[in-house]
Amino acid sequence: MADTGTTVPSGKLLLEVVTPDKLLVSEYVDQISAPGTEGDFGVLPGHCHFLTTLRIGELHYRIGEAEHYMSVLWGFADVTPHKVTILAEIAEKAEDIDVERAQASVAQAEERLERGGLPSEVEEARVSLEKARLRQKVAERLQKQGHA
Amino acid sequence: MPSLQSLRRKIASVKNTQKITKAMKMVAAAKLKRAQDRILSSRPYAHQLRDVVRHLAERASRLAHPLLRKREGQKTELLVITSDRGLCGAFNANILRQAAEFLKEHAEQGEQVSVSVAGRKGCDFFRRRTWTIRQEWPGIFDRLSFEHALDMGQDIIQQYNDGTFDQLYVVYNEFKSVMQQRVVVEKLLPIESLEEEASQEPARAVGAYLFEPDEHELLQTLLPKHFQVQAFRVLLESAAAEQAARMTAMDGATRNAGELIQKVTLFYNKTRQAAITKELMDIVGGAEALK
Repeated sequence: MADTGTTVPSGKLLLEVVTPDKLLVSEYVDQISAPGTEGDFGVLPGHCHFLTTLRIGELHYRIGEAEHYMSVLWGFADVTPHKVTILAEIAEKAEDIDVERAQASVAQAEERLERGGLPSEVEEARVSLEKARLRQKVAERLQKQGHA
Repeated sequence: MPSLQSLRRKIASVKNTQKITKAMKMVAAAKLKRAQDRILSSRPYAHQLRDVVRHLAERASRLAHPLLRKREGQKTELLVITSDRGLCGAFNANILRQAAEFLKEHAEQGEQVSVSVAGRKGCDFFRRRTWTIRQEWPGIFDRLSFEHALDMGQDIIQQYNDGTFDQLYVVYNEFKSVMQQRVVVEKLLPIESLEEEASQEPARAVGAYLFEPDEHELLQTLLPKHFQVQAFRVLLESAAAEQAARMTAMDGATRNAGELIQKVTLFYNKTRQAAITKELMDIVGGAEALK
């Protein structure tokens, strides 16, 4: 993680979203907001050094006027004045999410949660419901944007 | 002397074998390409994570975390990474020989050794032997994903924290090049590699760093993650090495089959000619006798 401050255009941030499978995003952006475990936070260029874990949530970034959304499931963020690195176990861009599948998995998770069972099963169902809802939400953002 | 028919059969059978080995070689080559790509694309994550963890470990006191602390205990676990399928040359034999040697050596030093195995071949091997198998993960290489590494990492860290073993080594085939695989033994727990690498690089000149939650808690979540990524890396390396080994082995097999076909064909033709010559001699001899 060399300090790439010199190569980043001024007023921009380099955002890198990395998952174990690949480098998902590597772009210069203007603004980022991310779901930290202890509260959502926003990052503008020149932010101080900051390291935090992430919870299941929505990552949002802006390039000029264009808004981008992603779902992020667990991970952490390393923020430096010119660069933000998000390491996530699972991350998906809004445009990659299949809305129908997301809806189906919400329904499935809700049903599993209702059925109950062992505490561990309920917990699992709760987490998958949270994940599914998030994916649905992120995907719908994109649709709304499309209509606007 | 074998009959002509049996020679013809033999040639046909070797030809069939050659077709199969050729196909297997091609499949292995395609899979190898994919495995190599996966290694490459998993690198950014591993590197970034290592940097962050290293950076954190420098700040938080080293003894603070159980995964970093050396223990006095004499219980050693060896994680053996083999393949699920055979026909890949000496791939599994090399690993298992090295593993057996390692176990013997450490047992002789009075350590209590246990084994955990990934890959069906290794499971079969150790089941027939006297070493205690603590855990096995057969059949994960067909659809290898990060989740396998998560599972594996979670189990191992849990056992480590419970004191089932005090140190963990891994033995696996490192993918050096298509022609070369190297058996490597690495110590994974307690995590030591951070220190060595950290000293090579000047510490990042950073003043205030904000941590949320605090350093210790972050380290608490990041170190297991780091370990899981290491496990993933080892699995990917081994998967690529397996395909490379299979490709080389099948290439050799195809060539050997070719040689065998040539030899048997030559022998077949010689035998056939000899038979024809003999028949001619008989006819000539018969005609001669009638005169």
